[in-house]
Amino acid sequence: MIKAYNHITNIIGDIAELDAQGVAFGELAQITNTNGETSLAQVIKIDRERVSLQVFAGAKGLSNGAKVRFLGHPMQVPFTADLLGRVFNGSGKPLDGKPALFDAPVIEIAGPSVNPVRRIVPRNFIETRIPMIDVFNPLVESQKLPIFSQAGEPYNELLARVGLQAKADIIILGGIGLKFDEYVFFKHAFERGGVMDRTIMFVHTAADPVVERLLVPDLALAVAEQFGIEGKRVLVLLTDLTAFADALKEISVAMEQVPSNLGYPGSLYSDLASRYEKAVDFEGAGSITILAVTTMPGGDVTHPVPDNTGYITEGQYYLAGGVINPFGSLSRLKQLVVGKVTRSDHGSVMNSMIRLYAKALETKKKIAMGFEKTADDERYLKYADLFMQRFMDLRVDIPLEQALDLGWKTMAECFSPEEVGIKKADLDKHWPKKD
Amino acid sequence: MTTPSQKIRAKVIGVSGNMVSIEVPEGALVQNEVAYVHCGDEHLKSEVIKIRGNTANLQVFEDTRGIAPGQDVELTGELLSCELGPGLLGMIYDGLQNPLRLLDNRQGFFLKRGQYLPAIDQAKKWKFTPTAKPGDIVRAGSFLGSVQERHFPHQIMTPLGLIGTATVELVRPEGEYSVRDEIAVLKDEAGKKTTVTMSQPWPVKKAMKAYAERLYPEEMMVSGVRIIDTFFPVGRGGVACVPGPFGAGKTVLQHILSKYAQVDIVIVVACGERAGEVVELIDEFPHLTDPKTGGSLMDRTIIICNTSSMPVAARDASVYTGVTLAEYYRQMGRDVLLLADSTSRWAQAMREMSGRLEEIPGEEAFPAYLESRVANFYERAGFVQLHSGDKGAVTIVGAVSPAGGNFEEPVTQATLKVVSAFHGLSRKRSDERRFPAIDPLDSWSLYLKQLEASLNSRLDPKWVEMVTFCTSTLRKSAEIGRMMTVVGEEGVSLDDLVVYLKGEMLDAVYLQQNAFDDVDQATPIDRQVKDFKLVYRALFAPFSFKIKSDARRFFARLQDAFYQKNYTREGSAEHKGYLETIEKLLVEGSAA
Repeated sequence: MIKAYNHITNIIGDIAELDAQGVAFGELAQITNTNGETSLAQVIKIDRERVSLQVFAGAKGLSNGAKVRFLGHPMQVPFTADLLGRVFNGSGKPLDGKPALFDAPVIEIAGPSVNPVRRIVPRNFIETRIPMIDVFNPLVESQKLPIFSQAGEPYNELLARVGLQAKADIIILGGIGLKFDEYVFFKHAFERGGVMDRTIMFVHTAADPVVERLLVPDLALAVAEQFGIEGKRVLVLLTDLTAFADALKEISVAMEQVPSNLGYPGSLYSDLASRYEKAVDFEGAGSITILAVTTMPGGDVTHPVPDNTGYITEGQYYLAGGVINPFGSLSRLKQLVVGKVTRSDHGSVMNSMIRLYAKALETKKKIAMGFEKTADDERYLKYADLFMQRFMDLRVDIPLEQALDLGWKTMAECFSPEEVGIKKADLDKHWPKKD
Repeated sequence: MTTPSQKIRAKVIGVSGNMVSIEVPEGALVQNEVAYVHCGDEHLKSEVIKIRGNTANLQVFEDTRGIAPGQDVELTGELLSCELGPGLLGMIYDGLQNPLRLLDNRQGFFLKRGQYLPAIDQAKKWKFTPTAKPGDIVRAGSFLGSVQERHFPHQIMTPLGLIGTATVELVRPEGEYSVRDEIAVLKDEAGKKTTVTMSQPWPVKKAMKAYAERLYPEEMMVSGVRIIDTFFPVGRGGVACVPGPFGAGKTVLQHILSKYAQVDIVIVVACGERAGEVVELIDEFPHLTDPKTGGSLMDRTIIICNTSSMPVAARDASVYTGVTLAEYYRQMGRDVLLLADSTSRWAQAMREMSGRLEEIPGEEAFPAYLESRVANFYERAGFVQLHSGDKGAVTIVGAVSPAGGNFEEPVTQATLKVVSAFHGLSRKRSDERRFPAIDPLDSWSLYLKQLEASLNSRLDPKWVEMVTFCTSTLRKSAEIGRMMTVVGEEGVSLDDLVVYLKGEMLDAVYLQQNAFDDVDQATPIDRQVKDFKLVYRALFAPFSFKIKSDARRFFARLQDAFYQKNYTREGSAEHKGYLETIEKLLVEGSAA
C-alpha cells in the first residue's frame, strides 16, 4: 500500500514533520518538491500521528507543499555482481553516468549483527608491502583498524595503497565528506592500479547533503556483507569516519537530543561500533576487513571520535609526520599470525627492532640535551637513520620476507648479536654471516 | 506463567530509536514488566521503563525498524527474569539469556530479532538425589537435593523468593528428572501448596538475599597476577575495578583472571565490547584446564555476550543477567567471580535511554541515577553465610573504559566510590610495554589492610609489612628516576642510584608479567610467596658499591637472573640454577 501526502507541517534542519497514518519506523519516503526535485527520506521518529522524516537531500529549498509518498520498506541497496566497477552516491544513485541497477535484487542496509558463536578466530595475514604494517603491526583478515591521522597527512594515499596491494577479492570504498579532488584521486588510483573491475565506490563529497553522509558506511558494509556471505574476501576502505561522526552530531542536535561530549550524541560509541563490528570472518564463507581513516581534530587522540574508535577497533595505525609511528600504532590481532602464519623469526625481529629504535630515540633526546656522545650512542644514531630510511619511509614497497631480511641486515650493520636481545635459535639461523 | 487470558493488550502510539510508547485502554501497568511488541510475525521483547497515566514507555531489546502505531503490545505482568537451574555452566548467552549456540543452529550467521529460546535444556534428564524429607521446615533457598552439573553438585533449592517458612509435603525419590518435572511440593504458612521444579525464575534487577548474613571478606581471591595478589589484593566476595584507556590491556587482564582465578565458577559478561574478544574465549576455553577441578575451563564458565553491535537495551540487561547467575551459584555455597567488561558501555546504554526519555541530564549527559545504579550493582557482590552454614561469595571485577583515558569522568568516579580495590591501567606503562599496565603508584586496595591478619597468617607473618616496604621503595625509586631525567645519572648519589635500580628491578621482575608465556602468565600463590620473599631480600639488602657502573652492572645481572627464573617451571633444573645464581649474587652484592 503506497500512501501519499501533500502537506509538510514543520521543517527543522533537514527534518520534515507531517501527520500521516500507518507509517512504520525506519520506513522510506519519497519527497517530491514543488519544483519537481525528488529526494528520499527516512522515518526517524513517530509520535502518534506526527511522523519525522530525515530528508536525504537536505531540506534546503523544501516547500511545505511538497508531496510525500511512503514506500513501505526501509532503505535498501541493489545487490548484484554488476555493482563491480561502479560508483554511487550516498543514496545509491550512480555517479559514473551509467544506468541505475533497477532490476537487481535488493538487500536491506544496517542488518542484524552476526551471532558471535558463528565467527571464527582470525588467522590470515594480509600482506600490504608496507614494512611498518607488515613487520610491526600486521593486518589480519577480518580485522577492523582505523588510521589515526590529521588534516594534511597522506592518509588517503596510504588507504589507496593498501587497497591496491592487499590482494582482496573485492574492494569497497566508502567516501564520507570527501573533497572532490580526493574522490578523483581514488578513482584514478584504482583505475591505474587495474583493480577498478573489482572495486565498488560509494562516494559522498563534502558538497553533498549531510544526511547522505550517514548512509555511506551502511551502504558499503551491506554490500560487503553480502559478498562476504558469498565467499568473497572483501576489503572495505572508509574515509573519513570523523566526518561521519560530525554528521551524527549535526543530525542529533537538529533532533534536540542531549549531547554528551563536545556536542556528539551519547550513542556515538554504539553508532560507530555497529559499523565496525561488521568486520567478520564467516565460518565457511568469506570475510570483511575494515580499514578506516579517523582524522583527529587538532591531532588530539582523546577527542571523542578517535577515543571511542580506539575502544571499538582492533588497534590503530598512527600516521603522523608522513610516517606510521611505531609506538602509537597497534595491531591487537598480530599475535594470531606473527611467527605462526608468517616466518618463525618474525616475532623476534618485530620486538627487537622496536626496542632498539626506542633506545635510539632516547639516545637522540639525550644528545639533544647536551650530554656527551659515546661510541655506543653513535651506533644507535646510525640505527635510527637506517630504520627511518629502510622501514618508516612510506615509499618503501617490499614484501614481508624481504623486509625481515632487511631487518636482520640493519641490526647486523649496527650491533653485535649479543646486543639485540634475540633468542639463540633465531640468531644462529638468521644473523648475517661476515664474508 | 500467565495464561493468555490474563495478558493485557496495548497499542503502539510512538517510536523513537529503541523506545516505543504504548497506550493501555484498560488494566494495570507494572514498572519493569516485560512486554512484547507484535511487529508483523515478530514478537519483540521489551521492558516497561516509565508509566504515565495510561501510557508507558518501553525499551525494546531489539531493532525497532518496522514498528508502527496501532500494532499490538502484549504485557506479561512479569519482570525481566533469568531462568535458574542445572545446565547453566558452559553456556554462551546473549544479554537476555538466549543460548547463542542454539540460536545459531536455527538461524545461521545472523541474530534474527524476535527469536527467544529457553535458557536451559528443558528435555535433558538429571539424576536427582534428595536430601530433604517430608515434614522438614524450609525457607527461601533451602536445599532439597542435588544433581551433578559438570564438576559440581548443583543444589536444587526451594524458591529463592519464598517468604517466611514452608513445610516439605513431598520430595521425589532419587531418579532422573527434567528441569520441568515436579521435584517437591511445599506448603507455606498460609497452607498454600506450591510445586517445586529444578528450575526457577528470578527477576534480574532484584538482589538475591536468601542467606543468613553477609560477612566481612575473610581472605583474598587469588588471581595469579602478582601485582594484584601481592600489592593490590581483591577480597573473596569483594569488588574491584579496572579502568584504563584503550589498548592498555584491560581485556587481556580480564582474560587472565577468567582463566586462572582460584574460584569455583567464573561468569564473563562481555558488555558492549568486541565480538572478537568473546570468540577468542569460546575458541580457547574448551582446550584449557581448570586449575581447581582439572576439567575443561568451559565447565566452570558462563559467558554472557552482548557485543557492541547488538541493541543497547539488551546491554543494560546483560550485566544484571550476569550478576543474577553469580548470586544463584553463591546460594549453593559456591565461590563465584563475575568479570564485567565493560561497565562504561552499560553506563552509556543508560545514558542513551535516559536521553530518549528526555530526563534532565547530569554530568556528560549521564543520568542523575548513574551513581546509585552503579552502587547497587557492585553491592550485589559479597561474602555470605547461608542458612545451612555454608559460605559463598560473589566477587566482582569491573572494567571501566574512561573517555579519553581520563579517570575524572563520571563512570570511573561513580565506580571508585563503591569499590575497595582500584587497578588503574596507565597509558604510560602500556606504551613502555610494562604489562600488566596496572600503575603501582596510583592503584590501591583497601583489602591489604582489611585482610592483614589473614594474609599474615596464611602467607607470611610479616607479609603486609614487606609489601609496604616494597611500595615505599617503588615510590622513592620513581622520584629518583624523575630527578635523573633532569640532572642525569651524574646528578644523583650512588645510594640513590641503588634505590632507583632496586625499584626498577622490582617492577621488571615482579610487577610485570608476560600474559603470553605459558609459565609466567599466572603465578600460583605458593610460588608468589617464595618469589616475593626473594625479591624482598634483594630490595632490603644493604648493597654497597664503589662506583655507579659497578652498581648498574650488578643489577643487570641480578635482574636478568630473576627474569629468567620467572620463565622456568618450579622444580626444573633451570629454575634451581637461577635460584642459585640469585643467592650467589645476593652474597656478592653485600660483600662488595
